Order: sequence, then C-alpha cells, then structure tokens
Amino acid sequence: MNKKKTSFLNFRKNWPLHLMLLPGIILVIIFKYVPLGGITIAFKDFYPRKGIFGSPWVGLDNFEYMFLLPDTMRIMWNTLKIALLKILINFPVPILIAILLNEIKSKWFKKSVQTIIYLPYFISWVILAGMILDIFSLEGIINQVLGMIGMDPVFFMGDNKPFLGMLIGTDVWKNFGYGTVIYLAAITGIDESLYESARIDGAGRLKQTLYITIPSIAPIVMLMMILNLGNVLNAGFEQIFTLYSPRVYESADIIDTFVYRISLVDANYALGTAVGLLKSVVSFLLIVTSYKLANKYSDYTIF
Amino acid sequence: MQKKISLFTVINTVFLASLALLCLLPIIHIVAISFSDQAAVSANQIGLIPKGFTLASYKMVAKRGAFWTAFGISVKRVIFGVLINTVITVLMAYPLSKSEKEFPARKLYVWILIFVMIFDGGLVPNYLLVNKLGLFDTIWALVLPTAVPIYNIILTMNFMKQLPSTIEEAAMVDGAGYFARFIHLIVPLSKPVIATITLFSFVGHWNSWFDGKIYNNQTSNYPLQTYLQNIISSSDMTNAAEAMENALSNVKTLQAAQLALTLLPILLIYPFLQKYFVKGITVGAVKG
Repeated sequence: MNKKKTSFLNFRKNWPLHLMLLPGIILVIIFKYVPLGGITIAFKDFYPRKGIFGSPWVGLDNFEYMFLLPDTMRIMWNTLKIALLKILINFPVPILIAILLNEIKSKWFKKSVQTIIYLPYFISWVILAGMILDIFSLEGIINQVLGMIGMDPVFFMGDNKPFLGMLIGTDVWKNFGYGTVIYLAAITGIDESLYESARIDGAGRLKQTLYITIPSIAPIVMLMMILNLGNVLNAGFEQIFTLYSPRVYESADIIDTFVYRISLVDANYALGTAVGLLKSVVSFLLIVTSYKLANKYSDYTIF
Repeated sequence: MQKKISLFTVINTVFLASLALLCLLPIIHIVAISFSDQAAVSANQIGLIPKGFTLASYKMVAKRGAFWTAFGISVKRVIFGVLINTVITVLMAYPLSKSEKEFPARKLYVWILIFVMIFDGGLVPNYLLVNKLGLFDTIWALVLPTAVPIYNIILTMNFMKQLPSTIEEAAMVDGAGYFARFIHLIVPLSKPVIATITLFSFVGHWNSWFDGKIYNNQTSNYPLQTYLQNIISSSDMTNAAEAMENALSNVKTLQAAQLALTLLPILLIYPFLQKYFVKGITVGAVKG
C-alpha cells in the first residue's frame, strides 16, 4: 500500500467485497435502471405493438395534452391538499402522545399502550379498507351510533366532504403509533439528571416538558419535518385506491390513482408515463432539497 | 416525598387507554362479525361481541378454493421474497459498512443505490419491463422487482458499523479473509438486525397487493391481499343498491372471515415484531 496509492476499485484486495455486492447491483440495474429508459415513452406516440424504439417521437405533445385535460389541475391540487393535510396533522400527534405516554409511571401500562397503538401500522390498507368501508358504510356501526343520538346518517365513504376527513383520519389512525415509538425512544434517551436539577429548581411537570423534553427532542422533530418534504406529492396511493370510488374522485383522485387509471385501465401508456415523470422529477427535486437541508442542520446522512 | 395521584394522571391514563382501545376496536368488530350469525349481521346488530356464535363463515372459507390458492401464492412469495431480500441485504450491507479508506469503491455503490431511492421511473416503465421479461403471472414478478430493499440495507449497514472493529482486526491477524470474517463473525453478531429485517420483509411481502394486481393477468395467480382487494372493491359499500343486496346474502360474514384470516399471520408474528421493531426503527430513523 505504501508503494502505490490504492486504486479506486482495488480488485486485488477488495474483490470479495465487490463480489458480495454483485447480485444486488445486477438486480438494481435490471429492475431500477433499465426502466429509466422507458421514460422516453413520455415523449413518444407509444404503441405497444411497435415497441419503445419503433414508436415515433412527438416532443412535448403528451405534456401539452396533459395540461389541456380538465382533470389535471384537479388531481394536482388534490394531491397537494391531501399530502399537506396529512403531513400537517400527522406531525404533532405522535409528539403529543409520546410526551403524554412518557408521563405514565406504570411500566406495564406504558408498554401495553405502546404495543397496541403501533399494531395498525403493520396492517395492510386492503384489510383496513375492508374494515373501514364496513364500519363507516351507511348502515355501518358509526351511522347506527349517530342515529341513536338523533343525527342524520353521514355518507362517509361516498360524499366528497366527509371522505377527505376519512382519508386524513384513517391515515393518522394507522401511522401515529409508529411516530410515537420514534419520539418516545428519543425522550427516553434524555439525560435524567436534567430533570433532577429542574426538580430541585422547583420546576413542575409542565415546565419540565416545556423546557427539557421539547428542546431535547427538537433536533429529531426538525429532522422528521425536513424529511417529510419529500412526501409532498405522496398523498397515499394504497390508502386512496383501496377506499375511493368514482363518487369521490372530485376530492380524492390524486396523481398516482390517475396515472394508474389512464395507463393500466385506459392503456394510454404515453400520457401515463408523462404524468408519472412529472411527479418523479418534482419529487426528486424535493427529496434532494430535503436531504441537503437535513444534512446541513442535523448532520444527517443516508448511507 | 409522598404523592397523591393527580387529576392529570387520571385524565392522561384514561385518554391513553381509550386511544389504545380505538386502535383495537375495528379489528374486534370485524372478528365479531366473522363469528356471528348471518341474520344478525344482515340486521347490523353486531358491535364488539359476536351474536349467534357460529363458525359457518369459516367453514365456508375452508371450502373456497380461490381463497386457498391465493393463500398458497402469498406463502410462496413470502418464502422466496424474504429469503432473497435477507440474503441480498446482508451481502450488501457488509461491504457498505466498510470505510471508504478500506473500500474506496463504496462511494460508487452508495450512489447507485441512493439514486434509485430518490428517483423512480414510474408505473408504466416498470410495468412494461416486467412484461417484457416475461414475468407476468409468475411468482418472480412479485419477488424480483423488490429484491433489493434499500432501507433494510441501510439499517443493517448501520448495525454492522457499530460492531467493534477490534473483532475483525483480531481475525485478520489470524489470516481470515473477508468471506471468513463475514460468515464466522459478522453474520452471527448481526443476528438481532437480521431478525428485524427478516420480519420487516415478511410484513412487506405479506401485505403487498398492488404488484399482484398489475403483474398478473389471471386472477387465479393473485396473492391473498390482491384477491381480497378484488373482493372488497367489487362489493362496493358506497353503492346503496349493492349494499342492500349484500346484506341479504352472506357476503359480509364471508368477507369478515377472510379479512380475519389474512390478518392472522401478522398478529401471530406481532410479538416478535414488536420486540425488534423499536430497536430497528430507532437505529434507522433516529441515528440515520
């Protein structure tokens, strides 16, 4: 090594490491990099019979057509609206619950609550949709309870207004346990001596929370918030797809569901690729920005 | 210092207990329906306790060939998928846990992986590729495109980085190469993180349904979750007329039983999951 600078690939010494990476890298190239070539479809008048290479180039026609469609503005707006509302509401809930859970003295109770609240995180949207569509249907148990207290039934899954609330509510319900676990771990890691000295100074629980707990977890909170930036165009495809119906397209049709329908149902591959590409590019820029910010403010690195 | 139980503690305890309950009620409700008499279900009489307890819907599911075909495909995809995911993850995490000084090409591999993490070709290009490779209606369409789970690799790599370097150094003095150290030292020491990623991958494969929907032309090749999604979306509860019709048949109890059975494997591994889960996500999410 002192004879010559180590070469970049350094096969002589590092060959076993290269070999271990090889199978995974081959799979990534086939299944992640090769499809990138398919992006050209967005700039073509694509016919599956002619193939990608045989189909003629049309420049930006597909993108022009996309913006002429009356649906486009609506799905963009729906995507942003749903994603931002989810981020906004999903954000404080787990922090609050983690703080409240931390106040519990009984270890058994704390552990049990924690175990139960992150169970929904592991249940698929298909199963949850099966439950939700039943529970919130017109004859479902929720409407029965509403009936008992003299309220009119609400068409939760079929009217645009309540449906938006359902999307946000069920998403928070599914995911808040996961966030709570992260924040609770951070709170548990706070140095106990900080609390002790605060108690000696006569700080009550509220003051301890405000002046020790919250500032201590602020860096993680900040990091989570920054990383969320990459999700601004992810309104939650699996959830919406399993819950929605044409009745609520107006409020809940998002980029991903739209792309699915135009490409795989209507077989308009070129338009589907174009809309998908637009989303990928904007998401890419957002994620790169979020990583840069996270790296700057919290020394966060992915690898 | 004596302390009485404060009002805050009482309210807080009640609040958190109801929150936990809120997470369980939908599951209990669906299980209650699955064990209930069809007439009681049609009359919407089921809350959290089965009415007219019966195993009829489960007996009916037992005789449903389509359900068990889909179940079998899900089991198959979990076995192949988890095995491939885990082997690839461990194999890739080890070289990536090395420093750039020891393994200069690490940088190149890291960028290859980061790029696909943040830029996605989109639905259509992926769909056309899987079609072109002739993987439609095979188990490989469900296993190969997700064979390299990058988040799990990061998690495992971070774990391996934390292992004291003296262990490997000692073995190096004895002349052990990378493979020997990997197999005899690193893999055994990484058991906790391997357990974590195996469970994650299990849940991921068991719960996936969208790939099963788009990469299969024959519904008989659907994995369980895709099969269920198909049933749920075709028994559309937002359609009042159809809901009426469903109420008169056994659609609801049958669907509840199938939902419960699909959820069962997740509930069975949940004790293990939650044992490793906290450690897993905190290493990955907080430490970065």
